[in-house]
Amino acid sequence: MFGYGGNCLRVNLTKKTTEKTPLERDFAAQWIGGRGFIAKLLYDEIPAGANPLGPENKMVIATGPLSGTFWPSAAKIIFGTKSPLTGGYGDSNLGGRLMAELKYAGYDIIVLEGASTERLYLVIDDDRVELRDATSYWGKGALETERLLKLDLGEDYEIATIGPAGENLVRYANINHDFGRQAGRCGMGAVMGSKGLKAIAIRGTGGIPLYDPDGLIKITKNALKHITTHPYFERFRKYGTTDITDWCQQKGVFPTKNFAAGDFAKQVGLAPEPMRKNMVIADKACFGCPLNCGNYTFSKKYGTYLDGPEYETIGMLGSNCLVDSIEEVQYLNYLCDDLGMDTIAAGGTLSFAMECVERGLLKEEQLDGINLRFGNVEAMKEILGKIARREGIGRLMAEGSRAMAREIGGQSGRYAMQVKGLEFSAYECRGAPAMLLSFMTSDIGAHHARSWAIVQDMDMGRDSVTGRAELVKELQTLRSLMELFGVCRFPWLEVKLDFDTYVEAFNAATGYGYSREELFRISEKVWNLTRAFWLREKDGFGRNDDMPPERVYEPMPSGPTQGMKLTEEKVGLMLDEYYGLRGWDNNGIPTEKKFRELGLGAVYDNLKRLGKTV
Amino acid sequence: MKTIVLHNNLCTGCSLCEVICALTHFRENNPKKAAIHIKRQFPEPGTFAIRVCNQCGHCREVCPSEAIANKDGVYIIDPEKCTLCQICVGECPQKAMFIHKEVLCPIKCDLCGECATVCAPGAVEWRE
Repeated sequence: MFGYGGNCLRVNLTKKTTEKTPLERDFAAQWIGGRGFIAKLLYDEIPAGANPLGPENKMVIATGPLSGTFWPSAAKIIFGTKSPLTGGYGDSNLGGRLMAELKYAGYDIIVLEGASTERLYLVIDDDRVELRDATSYWGKGALETERLLKLDLGEDYEIATIGPAGENLVRYANINHDFGRQAGRCGMGAVMGSKGLKAIAIRGTGGIPLYDPDGLIKITKNALKHITTHPYFERFRKYGTTDITDWCQQKGVFPTKNFAAGDFAKQVGLAPEPMRKNMVIADKACFGCPLNCGNYTFSKKYGTYLDGPEYETIGMLGSNCLVDSIEEVQYLNYLCDDLGMDTIAAGGTLSFAMECVERGLLKEEQLDGINLRFGNVEAMKEILGKIARREGIGRLMAEGSRAMAREIGGQSGRYAMQVKGLEFSAYECRGAPAMLLSFMTSDIGAHHARSWAIVQDMDMGRDSVTGRAELVKELQTLRSLMELFGVCRFPWLEVKLDFDTYVEAFNAATGYGYSREELFRISEKVWNLTRAFWLREKDGFGRNDDMPPERVYEPMPSGPTQGMKLTEEKVGLMLDEYYGLRGWDNNGIPTEKKFRELGLGAVYDNLKRLGKTV
Repeated sequence: MKTIVLHNNLCTGCSLCEVICALTHFRENNPKKAAIHIKRQFPEPGTFAIRVCNQCGHCREVCPSEAIANKDGVYIIDPEKCTLCQICVGECPQKAMFIHKEVLCPIKCDLCGECATVCAPGAVEWRE
């Protein structure tokens, strides 16, 4: 099949069996790849009400038809599962090189099922697939495990691995790859850990068949020309995502002190230029990427090598915890990577705990005697280790900020900056209503990549909510396709590579001949299916689950948006408009008409049987 | 005289050179069949090393089958004569002769220059 590796690999950890089955033509044409495959398989195969950390949960790992092909930044592989952090649909993607290697080995999808009591790792060497004993790697850091596996298996293997946090079922544990790329969000690492799977190592030697290789070469060479001559190319290449740090500070959206403010007095210590000058030792790209956003750094103080920190980490472990030194953020990032947990959720959970300490909601004796105050880097280091080991206060903090707030009680929930249980990415939203709506309506919880609307927010009137719903829906629809194609969005986002060029490349690779509109419809179908997954898995799911924490209704205390605030009325208006555009009822439930219109009639019928529809 | 000049310090490890090389020579989206390869040295010291033939001609000297000939400064392997003994692979001073299980002779650069056309950071430079 053009554009595809051609097979699905099922790995049953309970039975310790592996099975290779051909990718079905209709399935591929209908769901395209990546998140499309994941949404469909998770809905169909995970039993309703499954325990996310039980053997009945599954993890689907999927590439798209452009992954690993001759296309700029064709470097995404997506991990999906029922999230142990949110209890609903969860996915997270990573770059690096894993997606290409998996397809060269002849697979588009890996499905992990069951759970093993033994500690195992999976080796895929083209057709040879084995589950091997991972005892000697268990307990080791994720970065260390990748290094060791490359030594043991060969440097031409691409490795995805969990760290101790995943082994110990920290609910925001991640999966690491390529010494610095992570499937960070929704607790993918905990699900792998619950299955007893430490790592996946892949080597492939085959090619990806292309429908029109000459066409793709031509489209890609033109795209490369566009990218490398764009005025922002050199700057983005140089700073990567850190380039946004100064901008966020200037606009007052740089999360500060657990999202209490949007400007950090000591932001200069986190600025991109000194980081570039003092710490960056190499520019590192994912597969096929001319933009190489990876800043590979070395800390003289700690002796640590790291891909990053990236903007989200600088915000969440830096300003949001009142840490004002990029070198300290680099080391905290290193700890999170090696322990194997999401820097965004870890940062959000730490800043939430710090706020609780400051408000007297968490006592020092509950914190094992650690003085967890804003800006105390030593305390943060210690706590991160405790979280990963689920030791002392780490047991509670490993559950994430929403669960912590439930345990702590009182007014604490106001300050747990999350939606659906997933911590906010690093954008303060009171002067950025579209970004807030993006966090609210993202189908995995408060993640930025579904709809990164913060730039548009600046031009649309920062205290107005007009036009936000339409913008967010459009971005969600287009951006989802990037994760169906299996590519990174940055050439489109950062250097304005036209989306129609993506459609041309997709058709040259697959031969499907889909129009932009047909693709948008498939994207909408996927979006409604993940909504259906939430409906099925969470009792009473609806509007309440899309609501932000109450902190967003407090006025901005400082910075360029001082005094600005969002009201419940404004937020409600945006949500009503968004539901209307989506064809959902005012509780956020897709209507029967919408399901049937998208070809999801069977899903509607299934939900109706379960009593989960309007 | 045309030549490829390498700047390892500019390489970002993206592999576009590998992919276009294999597409050009094998009509296949498969960088494992490329005549140019990037060695990734991570986590330490965090560097990339590009390996590609510099047309030194040592392979021709060591080839027992006389399968390698100099054509206008470019060393070309004759797949008819090559026995895949791999002596040239081991002897190559640049470690730039590559083996793939589906290809019947070592894969070696023929100086077509395609790799340089897709190298965004300018690590692979084409000089006439």
